[in-house]
Amino acid sequence: MRKQLMKGNEAIVKSAILAGCRAFYGYPITPASEIAEAAAEYMPQAGGVFVQAESEVAAINMLYGAASAGVRCMTASSGPGISLMQEGISYMAGAELPCVIADITRGGPGLGNIAAEQGDYHQVVKGGGHGNYRTLVLAPDSVQEMADLTALAFELADRYRNPAVVLADGFVGQMMEPVEFPQAAAAPRQPTWAVTGTAETRANLITSLYLDPDELEAHQRGLEAKYRLAEQRETRAEEWSTEDAEIVLTGYGIVGRILKAVTSEARADGLKVGLLRPITLYPFPRAHFQRLARRARVFIVVEMSNGQLIEDVRLALNGARPVEFFSRVGGNVPSHQEVLALVREQARRMKRAQASGKEQMAHV
Amino acid sequence: MTNTEKKDRGLLRIDTDECKGCGLCIEACPPKVIGLSERLNHYGYRTAVYAGHGCTGCGICFMVCPEPGAITVLRAVLPPSRQTSGLPHHDAEGASPCASN
Amino acid sequence: MSNQAEAGYVVSHGRSKAFYERFERKSELQHQTHFCPGCGHGTVHKMLAQAIDELGIQDRTIMIGPVGCGVFTYYYFDVGNVQAAHGRAPAVATAMKRSRPESIVISYQGDGDLSAIGSAEILHAANRGEHISVIFVNNAIYSMTGGQFAPTTLLGQKSTTTPLGRSAKAEGYPLHISELLATLQAPVYIERVGLGDNKQVAQAARAVRRAVENQVRGLGFSLVEILSPCPTIWKMTPVESQHWVRDVMEKTFPLGVFCDRTREAQAQTAPAAAPPLERIPEILGVVGAAEPEFSATQARTAEVDLEVRIAGFGGQGVLLLGEVLAEAGLDAGLEVSWLPSYGPEMRSGTSNCHVRLSSAPIDSPLVSAPNMLIAMNEPSLRKFDASVRPGGWIIYNGDEFPPECMRKDVHVLAHPFTHLADELGDARACNMTMLGALLEIAGAVPQASIDAALHRLVRNPRWVELDERALERGRAVCRESMVEEVTR
Ligand code: SF4
Ligand code: SF4
Ligand code: SF4
Repeated sequence: MRKQLMKGNEAIVKSAILAGCRAFYGYPITPASEIAEAAAEYMPQAGGVFVQAESEVAAINMLYGAASAGVRCMTASSGPGISLMQEGISYMAGAELPCVIADITRGGPGLGNIAAEQGDYHQVVKGGGHGNYRTLVLAPDSVQEMADLTALAFELADRYRNPAVVLADGFVGQMMEPVEFPQAAAAPRQPTWAVTGTAETRANLITSLYLDPDELEAHQRGLEAKYRLAEQRETRAEEWSTEDAEIVLTGYGIVGRILKAVTSEARADGLKVGLLRPITLYPFPRAHFQRLARRARVFIVVEMSNGQLIEDVRLALNGARPVEFFSRVGGNVPSHQEVLALVREQARRMKRAQASGKEQMAHV
Repeated sequence: MTNTEKKDRGLLRIDTDECKGCGLCIEACPPKVIGLSERLNHYGYRTAVYAGHGCTGCGICFMVCPEPGAITVLRAVLPPSRQTSGLPHHDAEGASPCASN
Repeated sequence: MSNQAEAGYVVSHGRSKAFYERFERKSELQHQTHFCPGCGHGTVHKMLAQAIDELGIQDRTIMIGPVGCGVFTYYYFDVGNVQAAHGRAPAVATAMKRSRPESIVISYQGDGDLSAIGSAEILHAANRGEHISVIFVNNAIYSMTGGQFAPTTLLGQKSTTTPLGRSAKAEGYPLHISELLATLQAPVYIERVGLGDNKQVAQAARAVRRAVENQVRGLGFSLVEILSPCPTIWKMTPVESQHWVRDVMEKTFPLGVFCDRTREAQAQTAPAAAPPLERIPEILGVVGAAEPEFSATQARTAEVDLEVRIAGFGGQGVLLLGEVLAEAGLDAGLEVSWLPSYGPEMRSGTSNCHVRLSSAPIDSPLVSAPNMLIAMNEPSLRKFDASVRPGGWIIYNGDEFPPECMRKDVHVLAHPFTHLADELGDARACNMTMLGALLEIAGAVPQASIDAALHRLVRNPRWVELDERALERGRAVCRESMVEEVTR
């Protein structure tokens, strides 16, 4: 089919409906509101439900209800709204309910501003609510990925019976790019565990309450087992000219796009630079980092937050290679010139180190 | 009970496993035919006891009792001439045959 | 099997079928509820179970349990069960009912749950007129957590967090949920009942049944508030606490029907059938077949790499200009991206966007060093002028180019484009005159693609026509000025 020019926020909704999502509950917030607007337009036409909730707290609990009723459901918000949803996300993870949450991030903390930032990394990737749980987190860098990863998010949410988050910054949500959709809509599925108000599902129970410590421990071990499985099976990352990379740039979302431009320019300069862009932030693509660490001499983390992604990169590398850091926050974007300068500086340093290393060898 | 005795309109069955001895039924019963046992049940509660006669089958004790199955009220089957079409849908069959005391 | 004494009797009041035979979800005391002796919750549970029995809806019923002493509804009710977060049951119920309109959704909540932490959820569920039944058990205290003050605590009533008794000055007045919700237009039935004596109990049972029956009849939002004894926290015997409901609590919370629109209410009609799956792509507008093929052939001699920054005041059509350019680029078979600056900026003044058209895949959609800048006013020029790449172009809307902004290494086309648009009949077409100039310079996109993009993005035919003329006018001005430049 012909590709269409579309905003990332709109692509999310269309992809969701094609994936069988039939319920949207949300509360407006910049820069995610187009998602609610598109859902208000299309969800009822597709035979689904759209409700603008009184708050994000209500919205996430409506998802709890819709998911309990066995319906593929989603919401969308941004930083402050996601903070309010954390209670419900924890309940949904505890009750093993699938749903998809789009977080189109903005500047924080507090009211911050509405420009694009990546400061939600910790609250989303580390499971910002109470208790031992994780959310599955996908980070698109383009409108096409907004569509594709939304569909994947529904799959993963169902497969692991756990909330999945599409974590995109305001840029990816607001920008328009050509996008292509599958030409067949998936049928809404009917899980056997749901409570649908029928004789067949009467015995079903949705709860996150396990009064007995042993029962709760067993329940949590079950959740952990799911997360371990996801860690083995679901990690995704994009690698770009990493085959012989000595300097590996890493960043997600819109930063990944900027780093691509940096990589091209650095390669044109003859520098051995590559890009490793995590697509799943949880589970984190550790193996990719470990593999590249065999050849790479330094990793440079670039993020639009103040040192959040870098923690996972360091954990993945476990001290194997030095990790450099560059960030812009508050709605400022790292320009590819800025990052390029950093890369060139690194390359010079490496060269000097190599030269002095050779000298030392010569003296031996 | 013999056939010559005047039959009460109602009869009370109390499940001593369920009763918590709160006394609400005792307070509620219009003819005051429920009392509290001296003996403790399995869980350590003094339970409600039916006096054995005088129940009108009004069902009030059942309504006020907080436990789902502590009280069962039975009603005398009316002579065939006066019997109305449908029986109340809880029939005695299958109910656990707990002695009232 | 009945024993001999029961011969000639049939059960008239007995355990509801809507309850489990044994409470197996409990780990112990499976014969009994977990409630304290004399607790009103048990009585209300029985009323609810009886209503479910009588209405024959056990298979259809979904019970939403609260947080509080009523948390274990799923231990007892043999229906579909969902346990909700504190106060959120009405939100959960909303979604369940909307997705499963055939089900009977009952939200069971206490006064801490409903009137404090969940006050927003209940208010809005009621105001939306959700077709649910809410059973609201009010015992004027937080019981499960050990007796803290609740919004419903009576004036002077002691609690662990109002040790001297609730004072209006510090804690405000008892919250009258039924009266409050009855001010709304959507609810069909709101009644407050009590468990203070036999008569009240009988009325309470009727009210609970009505609240559920209303839903079975498809009428709308129903709520029953039940003044309910909590002997343990009130530190009274069960019988004393029953009397306290009648003699004390009822004075603050008068019983009665606060809203009854069951007669006027229209029964909910069955929701429209969902469209067949095959129609979904069409509904979403993502079907390929109806779309025209690319207007331009893919064969291209020159590499295209346009990095455009477009800036101006809000209302000058900055974003649309960019969109038409990107759409046309896509139509011409190029890789494209369009990225707006958004937010209050858009509302209060300046607006700008990044557009890229390229014959190679686009790495970053952010244009920090444009090779084309369209500055629709002077502040925009001053903001982005320095970022233009050497060899790039600045197209400026103004009578004369500010000398301080003059750079030797970039091309400049300065013209009062607004006047052009004015002459064409509407100053708002200025953006298209400037786009015309850009296209004339860049040459990357065939006219047919521009036309296709305009038709796709501008719905009003009058505007399409004006925009087409504006584009042409912009091109012409550009050509003329080039000639000037060359002849000079
Ligand atoms: S039968 Fe019921 S009301 Fe009577 S004392 Fe026992 S628990 Fe209380
Ligand atoms: S049915 Fe009525 S008369 Fe009989 S014991 Fe119960 S309250 Fe008393
Ligand atoms: S604390 Fe009060 S409300 Fe809770 S179970 Fe006991 S009597 Fe009932």
